[in-house]
Amino acid sequence: MLKLLDGPQTLGRGRIFWSCFLAVLAGALIYPVFADSYDVGNFAYFLIWIFMALGLCLMWGYGGMLSFGQTFFFGIAGYGYGVLAINMGGGTATIAALVLSVVIAMIAAGILGYFMIWGGISGIFFGIVTLSATLVLAFFLGQTAGPEWHIGPARLNGFNGMKGMDPLTVGDFDIEGSALYYVMIALIVIVYIALRMLVNSSVGNVIVATRENPQRAEMLGYDVRKYQLLTFVIGSGLAGLSGALYTSWGQFITPSSIGLPAAAMPIVWVAFSGRNDLTATLVGSFLLLFGFQTITVYSQQAALVLMGVLLLATVMLAPQGFVLGIGKLVVDWWSRRRRRDEGPALADAGRLQSDET
Amino acid sequence: MSAELFSVFYQFADVFAFLILSAAGLAIVFGMMGVINMAHGEFIMCGAYVTVGLVNLGVPLPIAQILAALTAGIIGMIVEFLIVRRFYKRPLDSLLATWGLSLIVTQSMLLIVGSAVRGIGTPEGSFAIGGYTFSTYRLVLFGAAVAVLAGLYIIFMKTRFGVVARATMQNAAMAKALGARTGRIYSISFGIGTALAGLCGALYAPTMTLIPTMGATFVVESFVTVVIGGANVLLGTAPAAVFLAIIRMALNASYGQIIGQIGMLFAVILIIRVLPEGLSSVLVRRGR
Repeated sequence: MLKLLDGPQTLGRGRIFWSCFLAVLAGALIYPVFADSYDVGNFAYFLIWIFMALGLCLMWGYGGMLSFGQTFFFGIAGYGYGVLAINMGGGTATIAALVLSVVIAMIAAGILGYFMIWGGISGIFFGIVTLSATLVLAFFLGQTAGPEWHIGPARLNGFNGMKGMDPLTVGDFDIEGSALYYVMIALIVIVYIALRMLVNSSVGNVIVATRENPQRAEMLGYDVRKYQLLTFVIGSGLAGLSGALYTSWGQFITPSSIGLPAAAMPIVWVAFSGRNDLTATLVGSFLLLFGFQTITVYSQQAALVLMGVLLLATVMLAPQGFVLGIGKLVVDWWSRRRRRDEGPALADAGRLQSDET
Repeated sequence: MSAELFSVFYQFADVFAFLILSAAGLAIVFGMMGVINMAHGEFIMCGAYVTVGLVNLGVPLPIAQILAALTAGIIGMIVEFLIVRRFYKRPLDSLLATWGLSLIVTQSMLLIVGSAVRGIGTPEGSFAIGGYTFSTYRLVLFGAAVAVLAGLYIIFMKTRFGVVARATMQNAAMAKALGARTGRIYSISFGIGTALAGLCGALYAPTMTLIPTMGATFVVESFVTVVIGGANVLLGTAPAAVFLAIIRMALNASYGQIIGQIGMLFAVILIIRVLPEGLSSVLVRRGR
């Protein structure tokens, strides 16, 4: 099992990488001891979105399916959590609401994915069909202001958004503040490790083979549609996890976290970070969320303009992503320096080798 | 009886015009270059703002609308030259680049212009048939949609540019080898596409509230029309619009706008399962 952690589909392996990983994790774990509770809450907020980014990274970078519908599933699970938590009466039932809302998002992804993937939609059309669904959901929820739009006691409330659901609770203990932060850290470690194992497993190899050439993968005997649907459901389910956690974090969700420009945000994070690698997406998305939040305090529009500029700059200057590119440069520089220390003969050999690969 | 019939036609014409006008520009760019212009909505917004700005300066509405379409076309050619041109070999990246552009434009407009601009009212004028009153301007929009289709037919089927453009569409490398200046054809086609987007905004400017995010109102309709139309846009777009307009009209009449839109989306998702290549693939097969 552990062998799957380091494989051909993920960058970063060996003792140095995992030492860094553990150091960052340890830093994240002791962070709440030093920071005040407001900052911890803010950090938990950034971490909410990481799942959505990792899901898109899996679909787009590994599966070659550019889905613009991450906020669609985010919204389904976000509203789903609210409706379920209100209807089931809070308390420990909120955990069930979280799980169920993610399952609902995955079922929705299964249905939409079935029609698109079995229909043979790919490339550009995959993007615009998922985006159309996202925008229609946002329009629909935007006009549910009237009192007739309710599910049980849960009012949808149109543009003003749905509120009044309980946060995640176990018994009498509300998971908020640092407790929520630790839950997020645990979930991110689990999801990150699980995705690494998935993409390095035989299933992951078929997913990547399908991205490289669907016809060839099919000729090799794989029903690529099943693998694509699996990728789409997992990736969208992660967006759903983000949505449910978001509603539970703020006890609030509005249609504006589904429609434009929200739908573009996961694309910007993943494109900027480097869609081909989970670690790059994890690091880059966190940095972007941090920067975005810092600027949003002054002007939300300015922050969104910056996101647009970053997206444009990424595709024009570094189509593989900035974080991935910089990471590779650092690793190259590091290994070259080490080789130089070991002697000129080895350095030449190393250069020859890197030229060949 | 004839009044009811006309009323049905009127509702159909209203939806049909909206679909054709919002999708035509997107369809031309997609058909020629295989690129979906995610900033399509922003060119629509540009057309609407230019129209309202000119009318507030005292320019008559029809002239303002034509000038607005031309402005959008020229801006489109500049955008093509600076950005889109680099991505013809990477269509997915063109989607991202134009989406980035769309974010920049919308949010900058919100920063600079603010959210509200004084609009211009819908041109007055209505007529009555057997107890129902109809707005004349809605029929003008339908006429404009038909004129756009006719104009595109003439440009692409009857002119020398059209022949070369269709050759480029079919096989760009071969057309280039035969001496067609494909770069210029792409540039002009992109300009026509964005000019049509600008025209859409110009025509609908009097009927809606002007906000920088107004482009989003049109994109769903334009996306689904292009998806259903399929790769051969000259053949597919009009039938796709007729088909979607019938579904939309029936649902609008009984359940209201939003259910109409949801129903249209469901219809599209069902259709791509059966006809992933769009309506034009069926028509092409029939034609052979």
